[in-house]
Amino acid sequence: MSLVLRAAVAEREVELDLEVADGETLALVGPNGAGKSTALSLIAGTLRPSSGSVSLDGRVLADARTWVPPHDRRITTLSPDPVLFPHLGVLGNVMFPLRAQGVPRRDARRRAEEHLAELGLSALADRRPAQLSGGQAQRVAIARALAADPRLLLLDEPMAALDIDVAPALREQLCRFLAGRTAIIVTHDVLDALALADRVAVLEQGRVVDSGASAEVLSRPRSAFAARLAGLNLVHGRWDGRRIVLEDGGSLPAASDLTPDTAALAAFRPSAVRLVEPGQGLPRTVRSLTPHGDLVRVRTEDLAADLSLQDAAARHLAPGTEVHLAVDAVDVTTYLA
Amino acid sequence: MRTLPRWILLPAGLGALFVVLPLVAMAARVEWGEFGALLTSESSLSALRLSLQTSLTSAAACVLLGVPLALVLARSDARGTGLLRALVLIPLVLPPVVGGIALLYAFGRQGLLGRHLEVLGLQIAFSTTAVVLAQTFVALPFLVLSLEGALRTAGTRYEQAAASLGARPSRVLTHVTLPLVLPALLSGTVLSFARALGEFGATITFAGSLQGTTRTLPLEIYLQRESDPEAAVALSFVLMLVAIAVILLAHRRRVA
Repeated sequence: MSLVLRAAVAEREVELDLEVADGETLALVGPNGAGKSTALSLIAGTLRPSSGSVSLDGRVLADARTWVPPHDRRITTLSPDPVLFPHLGVLGNVMFPLRAQGVPRRDARRRAEEHLAELGLSALADRRPAQLSGGQAQRVAIARALAADPRLLLLDEPMAALDIDVAPALREQLCRFLAGRTAIIVTHDVLDALALADRVAVLEQGRVVDSGASAEVLSRPRSAFAARLAGLNLVHGRWDGRRIVLEDGGSLPAASDLTPDTAALAAFRPSAVRLVEPGQGLPRTVRSLTPHGDLVRVRTEDLAADLSLQDAAARHLAPGTEVHLAVDAVDVTTYLA
Repeated sequence: MRTLPRWILLPAGLGALFVVLPLVAMAARVEWGEFGALLTSESSLSALRLSLQTSLTSAAACVLLGVPLALVLARSDARGTGLLRALVLIPLVLPPVVGGIALLYAFGRQGLLGRHLEVLGLQIAFSTTAVVLAQTFVALPFLVLSLEGALRTAGTRYEQAAASLGARPSRVLTHVTLPLVLPALLSGTVLSFARALGEFGATITFAGSLQGTTRTLPLEIYLQRESDPEAAVALSFVLMLVAIAVILLAHRRRVA
């Protein structure tokens, strides 16, 4: 393991257990206040753990006795805001980490120019940060982070501050640069998690509640947050051999090779949900209706359904309407809770 | 302006007039025909030279002592930082004469430190060094105050980014923190130079008024006021020009 974080911050009620393998990219996802920033601060060295330890490549960075300052950790953070030094030009910014590591000026200049060229930024080398667009500035920040050649790259929502139309190009470049690098990316975007990360760890209330390969976590979510991120309905219940029986007594048809009478999770897409007549399906109350492409997303207490406009209109759906929801067994993914 | 009642212009105008009128009145009394001769008299020249010398030295001392102080005050969250700030700013509100007395009891012949310096053959009180000490004492808060404000406004995010890129604290200081606050450092230095140039009370108390050694411009003006009013006005006019230049320098950004 390259990074091992087993540490707690008592006053924030955070207790984390994370590992990142060499060359792997881990996505940290979770609602606001789940502890993602705390995790990054512990790793970057802007926060001391109250117990436990942080280590990188077997070297202890922080524990009860040890404290390695941020500049000595070979860990570089890329924040949502590029934080380019305003008193330096673009080239000067990219040269900064090289010069800080003692690379002679001419070498530093050559290598910085190479990093800029890699990102297609050579034309901007002489600009001042104030003369760059948001997307350009963030790409310069990436070039600068890569020039630092860190053992671990921390990406804190690197696309959050960008226009929606520059994000895809940047994601594509990040994807290329993260290949083979050890990195942690904090994101709210399911595309980032799938495209950039090998594994996903879901944080809730200061704990890791789910982790695994990105596709696995997102297709078989174990937490409400991961389900919402993946756009899936998630229900807890008990597999009785034919159906998933929910806590409220309702049930879902499903197919599964789980042993009967085990606690199970079932995930299904909102678009697989149908409205059925009273007496069948799960009774729910409509909470909200929102446009969703050419469909209408109907949210109830715990489930979402994507219905056609015609369906929604024909049934006069409005907040407060009683509905009955059903889903076919083939559309339900069932797995051990 | 549209949100203000019109009558506010009257007291505002009176306020501006109150500041400008005395300056105009003084400028009107300058004997232009003898202006050059008044400024180049031996006593005027030596006061000018001494003032320039000591004020520049004081400004440099303010930078050497004030920059580290401002950094600590802006970045430390240790207990006692608030108290330290209050102490450093005391010379700003303390009557300069009191500052002079305090300096005398610290560096004078019988003073806390002066007594030991005396043994080493160093005499500070009533020397040019005393002038520099008095000026630095009163001017230091100007630099600390303006630099600390700028450091707080700049925040620590650039410093954190620099550390995360592998820069050691000393390099962060010289290559990120100080360049970022350079404009405030320059205007703070100019302000402390101006304050040093105008120093009177602490200087006359702690350094005395020996021509060529401790008699700076303000002291010379005060003495000439009785014996040679024309020379006093001419020298005052020079100090006023310096003050205007300082304001333009220190506030150039704000005006632009």
